[in-house]
Amino acid sequence: MKTRSNLERVLESKIFAVTSELGPPQNADPEVIRKKARILKGHVDAFNVTDGQTAVVRMASWAACLIGKEEGLEPIVQMTCRDRNRIALQMDILGIAALGINNMLCLTGDHQKFGNHPAAKGVYDLDSIQLVQMVKDMRDSRKFQCGEEMAIEPRIYIGAAENPFADPFEFRVARLAKKVAAGADFIQTQIVYNVDKFAEWMKRVRDRGLHEKVKILAGVAPIKSVGAARYMKTRVPGMDVPDSVVARLQGVPKERVPKEGIRLCVDIINQVREIEGVAGVHIMAIEWEEVVPEIVEAAKLLPRPRLVT
Amino acid sequence: MLISEQKPLEEILGYLDGDKSVFIIGCRGCAEGWGSGGERQVAEMANTLRGKGKTITGSLVVDMLCDGALTRLKLRAYKKEIAAADSILVLTDGVGVQTVAELVNKVVHPGCNTLSSGGAHAEWKEAERCLECGDCMLEFTGGLCPIARCSKHLLNGPCGGSQGSKCEVDPNIPCVWQQIFDRLTKLGQVNKLEKLVAPKNWSVSLISGTPVKRHS
Repeated sequence: MKTRSNLERVLESKIFAVTSELGPPQNADPEVIRKKARILKGHVDAFNVTDGQTAVVRMASWAACLIGKEEGLEPIVQMTCRDRNRIALQMDILGIAALGINNMLCLTGDHQKFGNHPAAKGVYDLDSIQLVQMVKDMRDSRKFQCGEEMAIEPRIYIGAAENPFADPFEFRVARLAKKVAAGADFIQTQIVYNVDKFAEWMKRVRDRGLHEKVKILAGVAPIKSVGAARYMKTRVPGMDVPDSVVARLQGVPKERVPKEGIRLCVDIINQVREIEGVAGVHIMAIEWEEVVPEIVEAAKLLPRPRLVT
Repeated sequence: MLISEQKPLEEILGYLDGDKSVFIIGCRGCAEGWGSGGERQVAEMANTLRGKGKTITGSLVVDMLCDGALTRLKLRAYKKEIAAADSILVLTDGVGVQTVAELVNKVVHPGCNTLSSGGAHAEWKEAERCLECGDCMLEFTGGLCPIARCSKHLLNGPCGGSQGSKCEVDPNIPCVWQQIFDRLTKLGQVNKLEKLVAPKNWSVSLISGTPVKRHS
């Protein structure tokens, strides 16, 4: 074990892992986090807290992670390069490790243009791959990015994201290989709705043997309404929502669409589970966290291994 | 006036490693003015590279290399020499390097770092092609600049928002990483993108915020 991470322990035990996501509030209310954390408790091995997703100002990921940890869950802090240069990133990495947070997902970040402060100056001093490498060097070589040494290293289980549905498709596996070479321990993918394309991507991942070097968690998400499906299909960059998914939701009466969206999510979990090299699922039900227990149960992923910290 | 200076010779030789023959291009505009890639520097570079065992198939100095129409015209007279070369070394700022890369289906090496636009903008109306970063990356990106043309200045490939060859930030902006991928694929060099590119040295960049000019 490289770290004290519960997620690492689960994945290394070859247990099919379940992680989920928690959106922090646009205010200073800790109760929002506590409430959502209590919903997830016992149903997931770890939970992510987004870091200013869509570039909207929200409670800091590390702070919300700490609140969730107090509720007895294992947090995965998300860290983007959009708002921090290499100095700030390294300070935060030392800080989260000192707080006992064992996992970190390294991201470039959604562009500031999409958020509620589009006039902000984007940082992008590093990209996500360079961030992975920097955390790895801090953990395994006790080195700061500048090369100077530190006394106590941050023992962080290193995560990264990958989007099998973005272009150029041919480069997506090479990009994953770069993240693995940089030091990623686990991957959480973009939400899978196009299972065929995901399976093709996984095939190419296996062809390069990458599934043996990194734990891949397939991203999944329930859809609440036909409108949401259409929005994701046309408006969210990097999403691939096949017509069949929209049609399936359209095929049921309006009041039953949320149930069908949950069923669709469970079906996709069952499908990706059959794909060789998929080590777990990451359920993204942002602002719909209350359905996660139902999904996990319906997908027969309970009980979860006992949390050891 | 784009202010540029030649990269250290070892860096240029590193780029040319594996290339036996080289065609050199300079510019009689800004690069001549700053002594980084005018007539004299092109001739000197040709001599230096010959001394290092390279064959120089020819050289060309264009009045304004950033003028795509003019450069296209001038390049026509050197088709044979360029075809005979393994690669092209361009001794001028990032705009000129990208002009050549767009016109020639051949590996183009940047020989200079662009330090400042000196307050003036170049000939390109549709997009700024050089952000005066002072540490030219065009060697690794097929002669297309991800600093000036990627919304997130990414150095290790496209983000997860590249779809249909467009940038996620604005559908009117092409994804430069898709363009880089396409060009390197065409040149048979797409494996270049597998290399991990280390964090960039922003201290030599004007956009880093230092108001100090290194040239007077």
